[in-house]
Amino acid sequence: MSLVQETDYGTQAAKSDAVVTLTIDGFPVTVAEGTSVMRAAMEAGVKVPKLCATDSLEPFGSCRLCLVEIEGRAGTPASCTTPVAEGMSVSTQTERLKKLRRGVMELYISDHPLDCLTCAANGDCELQDMAGEVGLRDVRYGFAGDNHLGAAKDESNPYFTFDPSKCIVCSRCVRACEEVQGTFALTIDGRGFESKVAAGMNESFLGSECVSCGACVQACPTATLIEKSVIEIGQPEHSVVTTCAYCGVGCSFKAEMRGTELVRMVPYKDGKANRGHSCVKGRFAWGYATHRERITRPMMRERITDPWREVSWDEALARVAAEFRRIQAQYGRGAIGGITSSRCTNEETYLVQKLVRAGFGNNNVDTCARVCHSPTGYGLRTAFGTSAGTQDFDSVEQTDVAIVIGANPTDGHPVFASRLKKRLRQGAKLIVIDPRRIDLVRTPHVEAQVHLPLLPGTNVAVLTAMAHVIVTEGLVDEDFVRARCDLDAYADWAAFVAEPRNSPEAVEAIAGVQASLIRDAARLYATGGNGAIYYGLGVTEHSQGTTTVMAIANLAMATGNIGRPGVGVNPLRGQNNVQGSCDMGSFPHEFSGYRHVSDDATRAVFERLWGVELDHEPGLRIPNMLDAAVEGTFKGLYVQGEDIAQSDPDTRHVTAGLSAMECVVVQDLFLNETANFAHVFLPGSTFLEKDGTFTNAERRINRVRKVMPSRSGMADWEITLALAAALDVKMHYDHPSEIMDEIARTTPSFAGVSYARLDELGSVQWPCNENAPTGMPVMHIGGFANGAGRFVVTEYVASDERTGPRFPLLLTTGRALSQYNVGAQTRRTENSVWHQEDRLEIHPHDAEQRGVRDGAWVKLASRAGETTLRARITDRVAPGVVYTTFHHPDTQANVVTTDFSDWATNCPEYKVTAVQVLPSNGPSLWQESYRAMAENSRRIELDAAE
Amino acid sequence: MSASDSAAVRSGPDKLVYMANQIGKFFAHQGEEKAAAGIADHIKKYWDPRMRARIVAHLADGGAGLDKAARRAVESLR
Repeated sequence: MSLVQETDYGTQAAKSDAVVTLTIDGFPVTVAEGTSVMRAAMEAGVKVPKLCATDSLEPFGSCRLCLVEIEGRAGTPASCTTPVAEGMSVSTQTERLKKLRRGVMELYISDHPLDCLTCAANGDCELQDMAGEVGLRDVRYGFAGDNHLGAAKDESNPYFTFDPSKCIVCSRCVRACEEVQGTFALTIDGRGFESKVAAGMNESFLGSECVSCGACVQACPTATLIEKSVIEIGQPEHSVVTTCAYCGVGCSFKAEMRGTELVRMVPYKDGKANRGHSCVKGRFAWGYATHRERITRPMMRERITDPWREVSWDEALARVAAEFRRIQAQYGRGAIGGITSSRCTNEETYLVQKLVRAGFGNNNVDTCARVCHSPTGYGLRTAFGTSAGTQDFDSVEQTDVAIVIGANPTDGHPVFASRLKKRLRQGAKLIVIDPRRIDLVRTPHVEAQVHLPLLPGTNVAVLTAMAHVIVTEGLVDEDFVRARCDLDAYADWAAFVAEPRNSPEAVEAIAGVQASLIRDAARLYATGGNGAIYYGLGVTEHSQGTTTVMAIANLAMATGNIGRPGVGVNPLRGQNNVQGSCDMGSFPHEFSGYRHVSDDATRAVFERLWGVELDHEPGLRIPNMLDAAVEGTFKGLYVQGEDIAQSDPDTRHVTAGLSAMECVVVQDLFLNETANFAHVFLPGSTFLEKDGTFTNAERRINRVRKVMPSRSGMADWEITLALAAALDVKMHYDHPSEIMDEIARTTPSFAGVSYARLDELGSVQWPCNENAPTGMPVMHIGGFANGAGRFVVTEYVASDERTGPRFPLLLTTGRALSQYNVGAQTRRTENSVWHQEDRLEIHPHDAEQRGVRDGAWVKLASRAGETTLRARITDRVAPGVVYTTFHHPDTQANVVTTDFSDWATNCPEYKVTAVQVLPSNGPSLWQESYRAMAENSRRIELDAAE
Repeated sequence: MSASDSAAVRSGPDKLVYMANQIGKFFAHQGEEKAAAGIADHIKKYWDPRMRARIVAHLADGGAGLDKAARRAVESLR
């Protein structure tokens, strides 16, 4: 094993079909028109010395090391800023150039601490490399002059340090923050010799706008910006390419190792989702993998009020098997079920649903997509014939108008947000539809042309009103509709949306958005060129979540924004493998590849392979399981990698359901909230400890590669296999690749997927089969998967969760940049520096009315329950709307959310809860009693011998 | 059903009635007959048999709370 080294071409690849031929040091080379001389040289195998250039950034031409001579041209131009020309003859190494470069290096080194042996970047320092490459042997200027060697180090960021004494002011960090991340948190302060890198208004990195994405650290050629883990451990000696386990962007990283110790995660330039970029979670927040609270031995107990007792794997698995079989014998075959995890791999998810269907003999399997993107599957399948987004992330580079609805990409999908912001800085237009003024509405060098700050719960009304404008103002792409869509369905839909009750003027009173803004948004989307819609859980987590997805699909079809790069319908998936867990047959009504359990032919495929008869009836969804538990017909649950007690709505109902079960088995890294109600705990493994695949929001199947041994001794797929064996269910795989081979055999859209194919291509976007052997970046080119795109009438139905005198405000929930979902991982990292607690955002007007001060404790109460948290007064939310996150179990935001759900999928209506906010002086009774229960439940009995 | 009934419909037949009526609102524009077929098809595809049996039993007990289309849909499930 060795470090995966990526070639730095110095400047970005030119995007031109025309080519230019030139010679570099006498060697002919043909490159795309617009390529820099530096890149052309590298492509010819000639490395020109450089310091301020790197191929993730625009050329800058400041370091004066990359000078070249060009026949027929005067002077020594910088190769990074000089484009190639036909017939050009370039020399990269002449006596003149050698002298110039040495002179430049002498100046750099005269103001640099010569502590290379003890420097953390020793072995990975471009300044050191350049000194070697230019043959620097002495420094004529000496070291006694003015210098920056005494400058104070900034160690405020928990993950990296800034040492200005080592800075060569190449501006790579500043440019990375601007060009790659788009935050503009860094600048060069001062002039001439006084020039220095500064964060914000000369603040500490932690105190500035820096979002800790790591782009500056990645770009730094010296030890000026360097990971604290490298300072502590040393330089890595080998690396493995793997996939991030946080959000649905699915960034590729090099896990850089020293032995089995992870030194750092470095974004992989060849990663097709992230193109070398990262966010604070994927780049830095992996410390949870070795956190002291990891549970690494199986545990069990008789009652959930007992302390845990560590046991052997055999004892734990035998207990589960005996209990599950007892429950089925006593209460019926349908009395148990399982929940797959969107944080686990495709292979692990597939195995859990196989265990349920083939081993439990029912279809009681569901996944956390139930509470996030299940409406996406239903809605897009109805409209387009496939349950997935239509584009790849690269598509945004060709978008002219982006609609972001019900998503907050700068926090939830930061790497995609950076790519979107880059496109917006290039001139693309933006429409934001969100109750809250998310960062994208106005952020450095980006401003939405239209923001529709609608009331929570009115998405369908607003999208239908946009459709009204498009139809009644003659903005429909009739050629597209005629060629590609079901015309009868279109006619019904067009007549419906054209009704006056769906006009922006009529909807204004419902949604609280000016009619003129809705008209502006519709016109811009319909006429502004390539229109792409990106959406998140602010679309799906409503009682009309599925209807909203259909309304989005309607808009895309009506305007012809489907079937080519730059357009499309793009669900931003919340967790790393939401798409994959849905693809793998995690829903109770369908097998892998979205085929209904009642389909005889599909069932026959699995029955032949698995050797058992399969149930043709749909099973219970998660909320149905909990209802059935309360009612007494559902008694046993195997939960792999989910924390429904914290993440699912109406916590009191969830915990009542879990408490009513007789055998709850939790397989996880930590004693999460659900484990408080568990009888058996099986210690799981992190993404660093196993092989497999994740499928991201763009249907991209990416490899997950094991870089360290499992701390519990078994990867999650091995645990499921062991459980199957204990239940006498026949399953045997020696490696996850064999599970993928079975998925390929049984699932038409995965027929061409194998680990060999993934290793060959890096990744692949399904469908991958004989029709698309290398996958399909953009779907529905030339025709829809279901033959004809289907318009659906989207009647607005107001949520039953309504404000009134007792609960006059609407609560909506979301996530913060530095935390992830229920926080089980990120709360166990330094990310908590940025987000130590959930806070309630409340408008100054609402705060004033209630006597709420900024930072003060407030009681947040709904019909479902109440909790307390501290207030943040901000006009980010409109009057009448409050907002919070759900990352911390102490807050338990879901105590407040209700069990209203989407009509089609039972996806909870997290985004609309009628609440009251009042000053408070302490935790609610629920919080106090829950905390006491949780502390009691987490007791672990010490071994008598210890 | 008003929002204040939320706690009461957390489980049991009332919740199933609520769910069936909610599905019906999506299909309502198609007219009662088509809506009933749409509701029934949805329930058959997505509801576990015990949920179906329970709402059928509720109908046998009078079917209180079921909207017209939802009632017709449940009748077709018997």
